[in-house]
Amino acid sequence: MVNSLTAEENIIDKWVTIEIKMFSTYTSCWFIRKVICWRAAASIAWAVLLLPPTTAIFVILSKFSLFHPIRTITECLSLLTSASAIFSFILLGGVIIMVGFLFLEYHTVIPNIACSKIALFGQLFHPRQFVISLAHCLMGMIVGWCCAVTTGFRYETLAYSCAQSDGHPQMCLNEYHLMFLLAGAFVGFSHSLLGVIHNMNYVSFHAVEQYKYLRFKGSLGLVVKCSISQAFYSVRNFIVLYFFLGYIPKPWICKTLNLQLDSSVNPLDSIAGLLDLSLLYHLWISATYLLFMWYITLLLFRIFVSEVYSFPVQSSFTEDAHQCLPKVLTDKQPMILKFLALQDLALLSQHSPSRRSEVFSLSQPGGHPHNWNAISNECLSLLADLTQRLVAYHETVATNGRAKSLSSGSERKTSSETSVTSGIEDVMSPKPVFLMKTPASVFARSIAGDPQSPLTAPFTPDLDSPFASPAMRRLTAPVEQGSPWYGTVQSPHIMRRAPKLWSTSTGSQVNGSPPPSPASVPSPKQEPSKPSFLAQFLQNRKEQVKNFLAKRVLIMYLFNKLPEASSQALFADSQAHIWALEGLSYLVQASFSEDQFGVVQTSLPSILSSMLLLQEAVDRHFKLPHASSKPVRLTSSMGDSSYKTLRFALRATIKTAIYRITTTFGGHLNAVHVSAEHRKRLQQFLEYKE
Amino acid sequence: MKMCSLALFPPPLPSGQTTLCESNNELLSGRNSTERLTQDSSPLSLHFPRESLKLHSRTESSSKAAFLDHSETLWMRSAAAWRDGGLTGLLDEITTSHSEVPKWLSVTSGCILALLRWASSFHSSLFPHLTLSSEDMIAEFSQALNWSDCVVRAFAWHPHTDKFTVALLDDSIKIYNPKSATTPTLKHRLQRSVAAVQWKPLCASALAVACQNCLLVWHVDPCSLSTRPSSGCAQVLSHPGHSPVTSIAWSPSGSLLVSASPVDTAMMVWDVAAESCVPLQRVGGGGVTFLSWSPDGSQVLASTPSALFRVWETRMWTCERWPCVKGRCQSGCWSPDGSRLLFAVQGETVIYALTFTGVPAGVSTGTSKGPQAAAVVADLSETTFNIPDGDIVVGGEIQSLAWDPRGERLAVLLKGDPQAADRPAIITVFKTRTNPVFELLPCGFVQGEPGVEPRLMQFHPNFRHGALLTVCWSSGRITHVPFYFLSTAIPHVGLSGSPSLPHPQERAADFASQSLFTELIS
Repeated sequence: MVNSLTAEENIIDKWVTIEIKMFSTYTSCWFIRKVICWRAAASIAWAVLLLPPTTAIFVILSKFSLFHPIRTITECLSLLTSASAIFSFILLGGVIIMVGFLFLEYHTVIPNIACSKIALFGQLFHPRQFVISLAHCLMGMIVGWCCAVTTGFRYETLAYSCAQSDGHPQMCLNEYHLMFLLAGAFVGFSHSLLGVIHNMNYVSFHAVEQYKYLRFKGSLGLVVKCSISQAFYSVRNFIVLYFFLGYIPKPWICKTLNLQLDSSVNPLDSIAGLLDLSLLYHLWISATYLLFMWYITLLLFRIFVSEVYSFPVQSSFTEDAHQCLPKVLTDKQPMILKFLALQDLALLSQHSPSRRSEVFSLSQPGGHPHNWNAISNECLSLLADLTQRLVAYHETVATNGRAKSLSSGSERKTSSETSVTSGIEDVMSPKPVFLMKTPASVFARSIAGDPQSPLTAPFTPDLDSPFASPAMRRLTAPVEQGSPWYGTVQSPHIMRRAPKLWSTSTGSQVNGSPPPSPASVPSPKQEPSKPSFLAQFLQNRKEQVKNFLAKRVLIMYLFNKLPEASSQALFADSQAHIWALEGLSYLVQASFSEDQFGVVQTSLPSILSSMLLLQEAVDRHFKLPHASSKPVRLTSSMGDSSYKTLRFALRATIKTAIYRITTTFGGHLNAVHVSAEHRKRLQQFLEYKE
Repeated sequence: MKMCSLALFPPPLPSGQTTLCESNNELLSGRNSTERLTQDSSPLSLHFPRESLKLHSRTESSSKAAFLDHSETLWMRSAAAWRDGGLTGLLDEITTSHSEVPKWLSVTSGCILALLRWASSFHSSLFPHLTLSSEDMIAEFSQALNWSDCVVRAFAWHPHTDKFTVALLDDSIKIYNPKSATTPTLKHRLQRSVAAVQWKPLCASALAVACQNCLLVWHVDPCSLSTRPSSGCAQVLSHPGHSPVTSIAWSPSGSLLVSASPVDTAMMVWDVAAESCVPLQRVGGGGVTFLSWSPDGSQVLASTPSALFRVWETRMWTCERWPCVKGRCQSGCWSPDGSRLLFAVQGETVIYALTFTGVPAGVSTGTSKGPQAAAVVADLSETTFNIPDGDIVVGGEIQSLAWDPRGERLAVLLKGDPQAADRPAIITVFKTRTNPVFELLPCGFVQGEPGVEPRLMQFHPNFRHGALLTVCWSSGRITHVPFYFLSTAIPHVGLSGSPSLPHPQERAADFASQSLFTELIS
């Protein structure tokens, strides 16, 4: 037991060091230090500056009385200028800075999409997430305290002097104040959990670029609406929770602070106590105020960070060379830098003839088109990477779909023959390596209570386990194959296999003949040498299967892939590909008249063929049975869900990009060397028949 | 200075003659019978007789009145009223059924209703167009002349190929392609009162349709043999408060679509693939009626129902306000390089020009240096011509403007007066030159059969031998008038070939030598 604990600690230690290392490399990048940090600081500063007007509105709303409007205003004014208000401002400013810092630390341009329920739970119960939630709880409680103090009235203090039955004055617990504190903590906690579910940390980039002020003005209405509705739901949930569990914190607080419970006042965790409209209103207003502040911070952060940054195409000084576009594009980390560079590429190719001419220029001396080569190679490798990912996914799904239909058929027919074929199918499936990594085996360990594997297994960042989100694996795994997303290819693959394996084993269980379990198949050599081990192993497996059967509904619920999510995860970073396609196609279009040295001509065949290959792969993906052909209607919430429609945008962009090239070059494309199949496709494009 | 441009034009054709084409610098005409033969032989000339269309005899609301049955409960009726008429409908329902509801409720709802009506009447006194029904609003702001009576309500050439689409009075849309035997007919539950259609540039299949309640984007596979694509091929784009849609415009790069509604003060910029939109809100003007994207993609003209229009630059989406003196901007068109905007104002008989000299490029300088004031380039006030049949008066207010993609011919559809027989609606064509200076020269009138007026017109986006003007007539006929000329601006590339007609000889007509407008270079 001690051993396992130390092992666990080791893993956590390693994890923490990796994270710290990641963060230090993150901050060591010049771009993060010089640009992103300043942008974040500016956004936080604006959020803090917006604090006084927001607070003023909150005070007016919380103190408003219909019959004494003038008195309300004078009261509010005197309150806002008092010392306690200034102290509150300092506290709230600290909270906003903390919230902003958390956004800066955990923002991402590639959304973290959970492909199954269990992956989502893995994200929610991740230790890091736990710390963040705790921080949000604390900050919510601070805001709750500020709200209670500002509202004044009966909410102001935690203790008040009350007369006991014997007439002896005592300090009693003010339950209203306690409720404000707990409500703040609850709203903060639910905010952080919803942030994970709705990908609140995701920073998206808009197709329509506007000035920061106009974007802020345009989104303000949404922020108000979202904070009001979210506050309503949070307060509702909190009240239900408090009604059932309110008896726990009260005596505890009383005991620690040596306070009494006033028996003459209605307790608030009763129906009569909660049916206090004024209390509900104040709770709701306070929750709205809290969420509004945080959402505004989030909105400002997103607007500032996603602002266009103009990189120089080439620099005359060698020390600035690492800041130039061709160099920056090829950087793997940080992602935000790569995204902003690609955005800048797409914009310069579209709008700026002078910067385009720098791209087409030749190096001096030497006469090599280094800029163009670096840019086009990077864009092409991005496109090729996505194509490869799509093809791999398609292969997996295609083989899996066939096997799945067979195994479900075996359940119906209950013939051992079919189940055997499906087992063979498993063995013969193209990547048997993944069979070892099925979530079932990981989960089996933890459920069987194997002493060597602690129950916390799913919650530790086990790199091989499917609970690790693609992003986590990406962060920790060394960058493979020259592509930062190599790891993501595997995740849908693994997840897809899980339900099939278990359906196979249930089918065999019905037949009564213990079949070779999938995990044992890849090691048939052990069979003659250690029969006793195998028997024991099979026995264990049987036990596990029994365990699973009991919990099968839950397992299926947890491990079943969410149909949309795998497609979304596959295209999670497609904004980069969209910009690469746009940048390339506009540059090629401009090269028709602007490229003096013909540098683009040399790479035209590879550009065309990689675009056509990608188009084919994307079209095949949309023909998969589970792929929806139309984007889902986006709901307006603070979690930016634009990543859900990226694949549709990508599909449209590829077509437009190819048409842009074919329309510009027209019949000249017949002189470009491409394969016969691609020539046929290009002919279709030239005739506008795609 | 009063300059009357139309006086320099050759007189209109006598009754019975129709314009066929322009060749050798003059417009050729023919008798009806010969014209009919030549026109019908062309595969793209179409005729939609009014009688052939199955029309809705009644609108939905009027048919509802015929079947109205008051035996439903109050709750059901209230729910229905809420669904159909929103808050005002619900309040109206409660107020009218005062025998069934408590007195205080009916009185309260009556008071709220009166208050709402007072507020809305105040609002609509500022913006009178808000009192119109949505059909009337489309008719008022459409580019088609007398839209509600049009058999062909909207027309659009594909930007790259020889196919076009027509929206008909019966709310169906047909796609014609000379290279294909099938003519797909598009019908959709939401496709009502089509105000405009436009093909997506750099795409073979996507067609945007502005409807009464929403925007539809059809994806019609050009290789498909189906004549009735299912409504699953259409994307529905809608935004609360953004209907009816009266104008749409695709960006020339095919990435964005903007849509306008006279009711909504925000102009919507759609990312069609993602079905998401960004509202660009500007309060003044009370709505947006007409949109036109400049061919180079850098600017968008957006006119409002008030005497105000805006020119948006599309880099950072900021706008310039252009207040007009008299009325709203009725129509506008851009020169091919996007540097010059011609527009017409309601209530005036002149064409104005705005010249944008600044280059709106580069990331840092987002705004272009615009002009200070619009210049009058043509005066189309009424002019009387003596023709053998009697006097004919040409001129007046302008319905729409169209500039051919090479910038050499400008077609102006004049409203005329439907009551007076001697003041017909007519298309006036100018010769234009944009390089080195902007010049406007008279060309002639395009006329159809007697008693038939032009309703809609559009230039073919890539006609090789000059310009091709497609006109939709009130009879339901669609004809194409070619203007054969050698382009001065664009050097002829070997691929495009030379015009098939004989080259114009050096025999300029007397009229053509007199320039109407020449820009002064300061």
